Amino acid sequence: MAHSSQFCTFYLDKLLFGVELKGVQEVIRSLEMTKVPLAPSVVSGLINLRGQIVTAVDLRRRLGLPPDTSGARPMNVVVRSEDGAVSLLVDEIGDVVEVEEDSFESPPETLRGSVRSMILGVHKLKDRLLHVLDIEKACQMTDAADAAAGL
Amino acid sequence: MNDNEIVKDFLVESYENLDRLDRDLVGLERNPDDKEALAGVFRTIHTIKGTCGFLAFNKLEKVAHAGENLLTLLRDGRLALNPEITTALLGMVDAVRQMLKVIETSGHDGEVDYPELRETLKRLQTTAAPAPSASSAPVNIVPVNIVPANVVPINIVPANIVPATIDQVNVASANKAEKTIVAALAETTAETAALKSPSPASSLPPSEIPSPPAPHPTAPAAPTANKAAPTDSEGRPREASSETIRVGVNVLDKMMTLVGELVLARNQLLQTSSTMKDTGLQAVSQRMNLIATELQEAVMKTRMQPIGNIWNQFPRTVRDVALGCGKQVRVEMEGKETELDKTIIEAIKDPLTHLVRNSVDHGIELPADRAQAGKDPSGRLILRAFHEGGQVNIEISDDGAGLNLDRIRRKAVERALITAEQAARMPEREVFNLIFLPGFSTAEKVTNVSGRGVGMDVVKTNVERIGGTVDIQSTPGRGTTVRVKIPLTLAIIPALVVTCAGDRYAIPQVSLLELVRIEADKVSTGIELVHGAPVHRLRGRLLPLVYLSRELKLANDPASPGEAAAGAAVNIVVLQADGRQFGLVVDQINDTEEIVVKPLRKQLKTVKTFAGSSIMGDGRVALILDVLGLAQRANVVTETRDRQLTEKAQQAGSTAENKRTFLLFAGLGDSRMAIPLSSLARLEEFPVTQVEMSGSQWVTQYRGQILPLIRLNVVMEERRNRLRALQVPPAADSGPIQVLVLQQEGRLFGLVVDQILDIVEDRADVQSAATRPNVLYSVVIGERITELLDIPAILRGADLGAVRPVPLAKTAEVAN
Repeated sequence: MAHSSQFCTFYLDKLLFGVELKGVQEVIRSLEMTKVPLAPSVVSGLINLRGQIVTAVDLRRRLGLPPDTSGARPMNVVVRSEDGAVSLLVDEIGDVVEVEEDSFESPPETLRGSVRSMILGVHKLKDRLLHVLDIEKACQMTDAADAAAGL
Repeated sequence: MNDNEIVKDFLVESYENLDRLDRDLVGLERNPDDKEALAGVFRTIHTIKGTCGFLAFNKLEKVAHAGENLLTLLRDGRLALNPEITTALLGMVDAVRQMLKVIETSGHDGEVDYPELRETLKRLQTTAAPAPSASSAPVNIVPVNIVPANVVPINIVPANIVPATIDQVNVASANKAEKTIVAALAETTAETAALKSPSPASSLPPSEIPSPPAPHPTAPAAPTANKAAPTDSEGRPREASSETIRVGVNVLDKMMTLVGELVLARNQLLQTSSTMKDTGLQAVSQRMNLIATELQEAVMKTRMQPIGNIWNQFPRTVRDVALGCGKQVRVEMEGKETELDKTIIEAIKDPLTHLVRNSVDHGIELPADRAQAGKDPSGRLILRAFHEGGQVNIEISDDGAGLNLDRIRRKAVERALITAEQAARMPEREVFNLIFLPGFSTAEKVTNVSGRGVGMDVVKTNVERIGGTVDIQSTPGRGTTVRVKIPLTLAIIPALVVTCAGDRYAIPQVSLLELVRIEADKVSTGIELVHGAPVHRLRGRLLPLVYLSRELKLANDPASPGEAAAGAAVNIVVLQADGRQFGLVVDQINDTEEIVVKPLRKQLKTVKTFAGSSIMGDGRVALILDVLGLAQRANVVTETRDRQLTEKAQQAGSTAENKRTFLLFAGLGDSRMAIPLSSLARLEEFPVTQVEMSGSQWVTQYRGQILPLIRLNVVMEERRNRLRALQVPPAADSGPIQVLVLQQEGRLFGLVVDQILDIVEDRADVQSAATRPNVLYSVVIGERITELLDIPAILRGADLGAVRPVPLAKTAEVAN
């Protein structure tokens, strides 16, 4: 049997994204957020995660997707990065899916820009594509990334 | 306990002992007749030597042995201590220290056995007494000789019970052979004691050696017992070892983190419970509040170390530097017991060492020059430490030549740090501060001590990194004083919480000078523009204003702050950064709070305006403003310093020395009164509704405790009227009362005054005797007669009755 792995999935602008389940610390509802003025624009703010202060990253912005206009409060996918926990803000949480290694394919050459470095590839699910995110890359929030993301 | 741990214990103990050795040796040089100090030195070396033999560090043992032999002669009075011998002994201490380092890293004592050093030590021995002693030498040698008898059986015992065995032996020997120990040398560690009193040790039946399963309960007790014995038998007061245990710093750090969490949880609990009607819950949360506060205090205390810990190395440093440049220097220390957080102690160690070396190398003159100048040939270096206003002040003063203004000017121009024109205009104080610029050194020749162009700027950066400041004052021919001000702790700090554009920000209290509020109808006149830059006249001086919302790019940027502010009151937080004042305009000033500082993530480190983050009582995160970063961003710091310079120029006439800082407030009638700022813990404002009566005493609840309030007008009232005045309850319709929270003998109490006027720095040396009770004396401050309050007398006079002043606060800020 081919090697399989589990992904925590979520939606951003109706696209399905996933991060490897072992990199996810927890998924929580929207929390009170404190803005960080002057910070890179991908930083949505700081949240208090049971006494631990965690930076929240606006993943839509990070991926160069249009801002959410629905007014729904985003969910937090708290992932473990090299620099501690980081919360990725997403529209909606999906299921945990188990995928086979052989459904994976690298991103097409036509995908360009800084987004390409964040998307490791896609898993071809039955009815749609699962975008696999590189956690470390997604958690970076330098100004350079801003510029590259076309902001 | 295994071999490694024994070695580790040996290292820790030896390092400590060596530090004391440095001190003792330098002390001995000045006072060679101090038999006790000499005995202490001898004992330390002897112990190290003994333990080395035991742990098979032969090279280290050889070096220690050479030193010990020399010390024996000194101790027996057959040789007098001279600088040459001291230097050799200090050299030995250094060698031992180096070897210990090698042991620490590699586990064995290295390849070097310092033949020259041993040769020197030996030669010094023979210059006075060629015969290597009769009576005392055996003491050194015998233990080594009898090794087979005692050590071998111990060695073959499984390693993990060795300490327990030693303990047994030691206790036995301490009892039975007390006389031997007293007469001989009272060892610090057990094994050597055991060696020295072979009879009880060897007569110890094997059954008394504990069996292997037992070691764990007994092992930790062993060092305690070891140390207790020599202290008793010797009668020499050493650290109360039996009262202390060693704890790893990482454990303390962990505890600190957890207490931080607890404090946060406590804040949240208090906030939640205050909205509930459940009295049971409220009682519990109040109690929890007190316990958490005390716990926080206690944990903070575990991390506090006296500054003496680092100062103790300075006599040695000074001696070496002074000897190297042919100077004579005496070191005096005041306030050694002043405590600081461990991390801060570590952070200031190097800067302080550098300052001390600098003072000796550059500050103090050669003996001949001093004599010519009519000074005592040996210079004085004074180290002072004391608490003031929630910070620790450390002063390093010398009575040397002082800074040469012209030379600094010249050098700065030479190095293109400033232009010649700037140099000529620059006032004294500013010139002194030039030496803190990178790449500056006035030393005419480069010595191995200082003058290599690195130094003072590094000192300044290091001190500022931990939130401190460095200031230098100098009088030509009289000496130089460097004053370092640093916070007590970094982990939990008092901060002012403000609101701006709906978010809260915390401002560390150390940067806070005062709060100014301009009422709505005064805004148009209170805020003026200097070519577009908003300023406020604060007591006659222009205070540049910085709008927080604008600096942080929050909300809609008002086109002109002056206009936009109209219609609403303006809150100004007067801050100080890098010696400059500026007013920060915020939407709302909330309260002061103890906050737990949490560092910002790496990704946000680039944002220089924030020093960290913290979790507030309601569970939300607030950012901590970095006042220096903010000032830099707003150009406050790099802007022209003219205003401040003129201010300083005015002061320059009077020597800055002996200046004290006073808090001025209105007395009765038109009089002015003052207290030294150092006795002030905080300034508070309470609404009258919070004041309660306890008998005839006003009290209020302050940080969960009862704070007695003493009214200035009652205290200063003539005696016959005082009782009546005392009975007056707070007038319900009056505004909030101004309270100076004072600390006296570890107690807090509040002094209610009508109006707080100012904080001033003044020599205040024109004095006249007091004309009425509760006044120490009258002084002239800022050209006005000001009465200095006698705080202890007020406390004695005030009948606090049932209300005892609250025990000294929990906050680092007011710790004494």
